[in-house]
Amino acid sequence: MSSVKTAYDKARAEGRAALVGYLPAGFPSVDGAIAAARAMVEAGCDVIEIGLPYTDPMMDGPTIQDAVHRALVGGAHVSDVFRTVEAVAATGVPTLVMTYWNPVDRYGVDAFARDLKSAGGAGLITPDLTPEEGGDWLEASDAHDLDRVFLVALSSTDERIEKITSVCRGFVYAASLMGVTGARTALDTGAPRLVERTRASVDKQGLDLPVGLGLGVSDGAQAAEVAGFADGVIVGSAFIRRLLDAPDEASGLAGVRALTADLARGVRREL
Amino acid sequence: MTIDAARGASGVPAMSSKATLSSGSPVPDATGHFGAFGGRFAPEALMAALDELTREFDAAKSDPSFTAELDDLLNNYAGRPSLLTEARRFAEHAGGARILLKREDLNHTGSHKINNVLGQALLTRRMGKKRVIAETGAGQHGVATATAAALLGLECTVYMGEVDTERQALNVARMRMLGAEVIPVRTGSRTLKDACNEAFRDWVASVDTTHYVIGSVMGPHPFPMMVRDFQRIIGVEARQQCLDLIGKLPDAVVACVGGGSNAIGMFHAFVPDEGVKLYGFEAGGDGVASGKHAATLVGGSLGVIHGMRTYLLQDAEGQTMETHSISAGLDYPGVGPEHSWLHDTGRAEYHEITDAEAMDAFSLLCRTEGIIPAIESAHALAGAIKVGRELGPDAVIVVCLSGRGDKDMHTAAGFFGLMPEGETK
Repeated sequence: MSSVKTAYDKARAEGRAALVGYLPAGFPSVDGAIAAARAMVEAGCDVIEIGLPYTDPMMDGPTIQDAVHRALVGGAHVSDVFRTVEAVAATGVPTLVMTYWNPVDRYGVDAFARDLKSAGGAGLITPDLTPEEGGDWLEASDAHDLDRVFLVALSSTDERIEKITSVCRGFVYAASLMGVTGARTALDTGAPRLVERTRASVDKQGLDLPVGLGLGVSDGAQAAEVAGFADGVIVGSAFIRRLLDAPDEASGLAGVRALTADLARGVRREL
Repeated sequence: MTIDAARGASGVPAMSSKATLSSGSPVPDATGHFGAFGGRFAPEALMAALDELTREFDAAKSDPSFTAELDDLLNNYAGRPSLLTEARRFAEHAGGARILLKREDLNHTGSHKINNVLGQALLTRRMGKKRVIAETGAGQHGVATATAAALLGLECTVYMGEVDTERQALNVARMRMLGAEVIPVRTGSRTLKDACNEAFRDWVASVDTTHYVIGSVMGPHPFPMMVRDFQRIIGVEARQQCLDLIGKLPDAVVACVGGGSNAIGMFHAFVPDEGVKLYGFEAGGDGVASGKHAATLVGGSLGVIHGMRTYLLQDAEGQTMETHSISAGLDYPGVGPEHSWLHDTGRAEYHEITDAEAMDAFSLLCRTEGIIPAIESAHALAGAIKVGRELGPDAVIVVCLSGRGDKDMHTAAGFFGLMPEGETK
């Protein structure tokens, strides 16, 4: 049974959406990222996504690009990603890795799956891998009992949504904006319809797969809005913004904690 | 008399794009795979647009109104067919082999890039989109895209690495004169690969209204196939011109390879001609051994970049390596997947040319033939010298002169110390 799915189920049982927080490994440092992710767990994240820093983050906006660049300049390696996953998963919160495909391909898909599993990782989110090219990953994730989170987008046809959800495990990641990630001030109006279409596809296939909505949420009020129609609220750049804007690491952590608490109230619609 | 033109008196007719676009090639397969290479490693947000593009290109190829309009633009706007010029004085330095230059430098906008851009601009209009975006390295593809956008009344944004906007400042001015918005990219290595990243980011956000005019045989399917089919007119013409001129096929065909669009365009019609050797020359920078280069097939390994599986320059953890070349247009860590396939099947050979070798050939062509080549194309010329010396005086070598060198005067003047003192900038 997927630990990510269990976390979504627990949130649903509590009558709320799950809060999913993203942070790249190695930013602001390897230990700094671990401390920030643990703060996110303590303040109310249900699932953590650890980003694997990559030189060509073609789908990320300026905030994540900046953080990832700093992580790479700081010397972040794949081994640091596994160490971060291990430290965060030790809290008991399911921890996924979000990665562009080339670093996994280079490491060896099966070896990556094996080492992720032994670090306590729950699975992968793959923004530039679709099921069509993902044969090796489908096999390795089965062999190592890992979740595989593919993305659906506003432009996805119903046929594609069905193909994608049929192979997802843990949850399906709905990209709420056509655009790249980065905190936006308002929620995109197409998102509810995308979630609805995705749910319909999941139901039609008789699957039990939650729909998380990502790209754009930056505060509790927006989280509450998303929690009104999605099973999970995924937040990334807003956490990074808090760390980037802070004068020192301690106040950065305090900022991350405060944001998480605000988002946690949002997903419970207590705002 | 040092120049033969294979047009006019020899009467080479204009090619019909109805014929050149339907290549009949066994690769790629229906999902864009050239053997183990290519495919579609793209964000889901782009998949619908890539499917639409695949359908529209397929339909356009057999639509007489599309091919007629493209032919009209290629022949009466871009200036096709391009000449095949014999370079006799240059050939004396290439082991005495006969050297025939395919003059893509004489196309409107000064390079082969216009062949692809006119096709994609017509497709953009066919899909009902009003805006095009492009990445550019040397600026040749950006200028060509800005030109086609002006001609067809499309809005145009070009992404260009900041390093390249500096070394190719003249092309930035040309694009802006043509009405395009040029956005200097300040992320990563601030060169071509980063311009590609920014263009993909734009496209993910604007795909409903915008077409991304990829400038080389790279990216997710259908781009490597489609750009090849728009560029293969180079080789189709050259093959016929060579037959008309000397009554037989050449012994070797030579081109420079960055992403590889002029090379695929030149090679493709010759691939079934087993007696014709195909040589691609990559940017060796300071030499592959120095680590400062962009010779992907010579020094790279298999991976995924910009939507395709191909050879690339990466470290042990799959991070893209910084590249170096004196030529902005070849300064790219990946290569089109069809080249990876031709490399692995052994049908084509790929070698490196250093900055110094390229600049020697650049200077040599200027002084022996009165033709100033693009620094990119100078890599092919340097390669032709090596191939000529290897094959000897009986050989006939067709070289793709992919672009003209006006844009490179600043770099060349700096390299050869031609600027008056105090005017090095």
